[in-house]
Amino acid sequence: MKKYRKVIEKFIEGVLFSSSTITSLTVILIIVFLFREGIGLFHSSPIEKNFVISVSKQNPVQQLNANQVKAIFNQDITNWSAVGGANDSIILFTTNDITNYYSEEELGPNLENLPQKLNDFIVANPGAIMYVSGKNLPKGFNGHFIKIKDISVSDFIFGKYWYPTSDPIPSYGIWPMIIGTLLVTLGALLFAIPLGLATAIYMAEVADMRIRNLLKPVVELLAGIPSVVYGFFGLIVIVPLVQQMFNLVVGETVLAGSIVLGIMALPTIITITEDSLRTTPKSLKEASLALGATRWQTLVRVVIPYAKSGISTAIILGIGRAIGETMAVLMVTGNASNIPHSFLVPARTIPATIAAELGEASYGGMHFKALFALGIVLFLFTIIINFTVEFIKNKQRRT
Amino acid sequence: MIKAEAKNINVWYGDFHALKNINMSFNTNSVTALIGPSGCGKSTFLRLFNRMNDLISNFRLEGLITVDEQNLYSKEVKIDELRKSIGMVFQKPNPFPKSIYENVAYGLRVNGINDRRTLDETVERSLRQAALWDEVKDNLKKSAMSISGGQQQRLCIARALAVEPRLILMDEPASALDPISTAKIEELIFELKKSFTILIVTHNLQQAGRISDYTGFFYMGEMIEHDATQKMFLNPSNERTQNYITGRFG
Repeated sequence: MKKYRKVIEKFIEGVLFSSSTITSLTVILIIVFLFREGIGLFHSSPIEKNFVISVSKQNPVQQLNANQVKAIFNQDITNWSAVGGANDSIILFTTNDITNYYSEEELGPNLENLPQKLNDFIVANPGAIMYVSGKNLPKGFNGHFIKIKDISVSDFIFGKYWYPTSDPIPSYGIWPMIIGTLLVTLGALLFAIPLGLATAIYMAEVADMRIRNLLKPVVELLAGIPSVVYGFFGLIVIVPLVQQMFNLVVGETVLAGSIVLGIMALPTIITITEDSLRTTPKSLKEASLALGATRWQTLVRVVIPYAKSGISTAIILGIGRAIGETMAVLMVTGNASNIPHSFLVPARTIPATIAAELGEASYGGMHFKALFALGIVLFLFTIIINFTVEFIKNKQRRT
Repeated sequence: MIKAEAKNINVWYGDFHALKNINMSFNTNSVTALIGPSGCGKSTFLRLFNRMNDLISNFRLEGLITVDEQNLYSKEVKIDELRKSIGMVFQKPNPFPKSIYENVAYGLRVNGINDRRTLDETVERSLRQAALWDEVKDNLKKSAMSISGGQQQRLCIARALAVEPRLILMDEPASALDPISTAKIEELIFELKKSFTILIVTHNLQQAGRISDYTGFFYMGEMIEHDATQKMFLNPSNERTQNYITGRFG
């Protein structure tokens, strides 16, 4: 019997150990996966894999940077003189354009002459700039390849444009999303912190037991509502309200996102703040009251200072909740990827971008990797938040 | 001279009759010990004098409590004003998580007194009265949580003294302390008696015997006997007092 029990104990110990191991490994795996995919964006050419940009060897322009190439293909620049070349108009050429220059007979029934004709084209048109797959080029191709600088981390973080699908060179600048995320979060906090703290103080110190027992489940219910429902609520109620109040063309703005996020962050802020206010020892409150302090003086001078670290934790976790929220924000902020300069314009947040675009990005492509890199940025945000919480908790424990 | 008085006191918590028809008076500059088994109502009685029982929702009082012939429960009395004039020391040292200085200054600050000179003077006077000044005078900015339990309790006494109370209430002030700290507190009480009137609840009969001039014995919500401590311990009139003091129950 005794031997039997020992085996069972060993077994349970093993189950517990493997459960925790699996959990930790999963977390590590997710992080590794995120970083492996995301890091791939950097130190690789922004051009789609295997594709090349080339000009004729007779063209005096043999060097172009990414922005110039983008401008040329957007037809913002139409003459070589604008990039230091001869006064000659630029001919844009992609593979599809081949039929404008050569007949189907010349190309052959299975396009077997395509490589040769591409070569002929670049030789014949010194003013052309060609964006084609490198696989289609013949050996001894007579054009000059334009080298495009790799995407750098600073281009990624501080770049102002997010055009992930533009040809031939997409822009992966996430600055608008960073600002958008921070602004929406800031707005949410401006709204949620005063309201949340006031509610928590009311519940912990002012309300009698009956009201508190009614309020507490309501607040907790608020935490349990799926975020997409908040999104609906925002879309149907908040967005039109914002639009009417400020007389805007569209109501889907940073402000609308902030309000919805603020509501979503409330339960976190309220429950943690209330709990920490309640941990203030009764003896301290009594000491204060016995010295003639009023209930408000006791609250301000004893209870709140005692709960300070709990309140900071509540706020930071509220930030964490707001910064990572996806669905509701996606539905109400309008998702315009420009840098928001006020609360009354549309904006786009990091998580909303990932959610909206991951479905369209081809697996393993540059766009896909860029979205993972966005995920890393978001992950770093939340890591910073978690470390801050830990730091505050440790500081509290030491005093 | 009578400092404080309780006349025909009855207290209920809901249906529970916690104190039954109690009459007691306390002389100026005396120490009165309130003794009795747990749950006998002595703490409730103590807390009548700074109206701390008012914090309990179903508390009900009949009778008259006076300090300096002022009825503490009359309509004109503002509770927080009253509490400023009655010092209280609790069972466990409960300094605020602030500096030593701010702990002592607390009673003045909530009174709206922020003048630096007044505060400095009061803090020093109170700490001296509480026999703590020499130990902390160089560390007034230090957190009150960093000093020992016995020092914390003397700090709490200093905090109560800062507002120059008319009456000092102590609810088992030494029960959480080691013997040496306890001895210091007892010595301190002896000193304080010169300028203050003290009511002290204690479970420690020897302590009551050592420090008090008068002793009141409470049992099941009744005040059984109240007399000079010496008489109470040597020659009590009531048999139950006799039994409790000699340790036959309690």
